[in-house]
Amino acid sequence: MYKIAVLGDRDSVLGFKALGLDTFFVESADEARHTLHQLARDTYAIIYITEQLAADIPADVARYKTSVTPAVILIPGKTGSLGLGAQALQSAVERAVGADIG
Amino acid sequence: MASATINPTRMELTRLKGRLKTAVRGHKLLKDKRDELMKQFLEIVRKNRELRAKVEKGLERANAAFTVASALMSPEMLEQSLMYPKQSVELDMKFKNIMSVNVPVYEFHTRNEDPTEIYPYGFAQTSGELDTALEALSQVFQDMLELAEVEKTMQLLAEDIEKTRRRVNALEYVMIPDFQQKIRYISMKLDENERGNITRLMKVKEMVLQDAHNFKPPAS
Repeated sequence: MYKIAVLGDRDSVLGFKALGLDTFFVESADEARHTLHQLARDTYAIIYITEQLAADIPADVARYKTSVTPAVILIPGKTGSLGLGAQALQSAVERAVGADIG
Repeated sequence: MASATINPTRMELTRLKGRLKTAVRGHKLLKDKRDELMKQFLEIVRKNRELRAKVEKGLERANAAFTVASALMSPEMLEQSLMYPKQSVELDMKFKNIMSVNVPVYEFHTRNEDPTEIYPYGFAQTSGELDTALEALSQVFQDMLELAEVEKTMQLLAEDIEKTRRRVNALEYVMIPDFQQKIRYISMKLDENERGNITRLMKVKEMVLQDAHNFKPPAS
C-alpha cells in the first residue's frame, strides 16, 4: 500500500491535509531536499511538490524522473504557477523527439 | 574502418553476413518500437497538457479561497481546524506495459466514501471560505492523481524513446555500414585471391605444355 505526500510551504499545503494526504511543511531548500529524499525512500508513490520549492532544487527533482516510484509532480503554490510544470513537459518532449516540436 | 584487424576468410565473411542480417532485423524492430512509442507518447503529452492546465486552474481557485480563509481566521485556528483529517487516502499501484515500458497505474481508496464528509471541523468557528477551498481541493484531487499517473508515464516513455532512438541511430549509421564495409572488403579480397590463383594456374599450364611438346601459345 502506497502513500501520497505533499511538500511545500505551510499555506500552500495545509488544505491537502483535510483530504487525507500526508503533508510536510518545509521552508528552506536544504530542508526540502532532505525531506524529498527521505520520502522517496519511504513508501510514497506520489510526491506533490510546489513549484516555488522545486525551483530551488531542480537537480533533486530531476533525479526521480527515470525511476518508477516516486512520481514527483509539480503543483502551483499559493503564489500561483511559475510555469515550471509546463516547462518540464516541454523539455521531456524535446528529449524524446530530439527536436522542439511545440 | 577497422579493416586492418579483420581476416579475409570465408568463415569471417559468413559470420559478418549473419551479424549484418541480425543488425538489419534489429534495426527494423527497434524502428517500429520507436514509432509506436512516439505515437503513444504524443497522445500522452497532449493529455498531460490538458490535465496540467486543469489542475493548475483548480488549485489556483482553491488557493485563492484558502488565502481569504487564512486572512479571516487566525493561523492557530486554521491549523487546528485541519489538524485531524476525517478523510484518508490509500493508493494502490499496478503496472501497465506500454511497448515493454512499465508505467504505473494508480488506484486510490478513500476511507470515507461520502464526498461531503471532507470537512474535519465544526462549521461554527470557521470561515465559509475554508469550506470553499476544501471543496475546490477535493474536486481537483481526482485530476491531480490522474496528472501524476500521466506525467510519470510521460517521463518514463520519454526516457525509453530516447534510448530506443539512440539504438536505432547507432544501428543505422554505425553498425550496419560498418558490417557492409567489412563484407565488401572481405569479398573483394577473396575475389582478388581467386583471380590471382586462376592467373597462376594458367601460367603453370602454359609452362607444362611447353615443356611437354614445345607448344607455342598463339601470339603474345
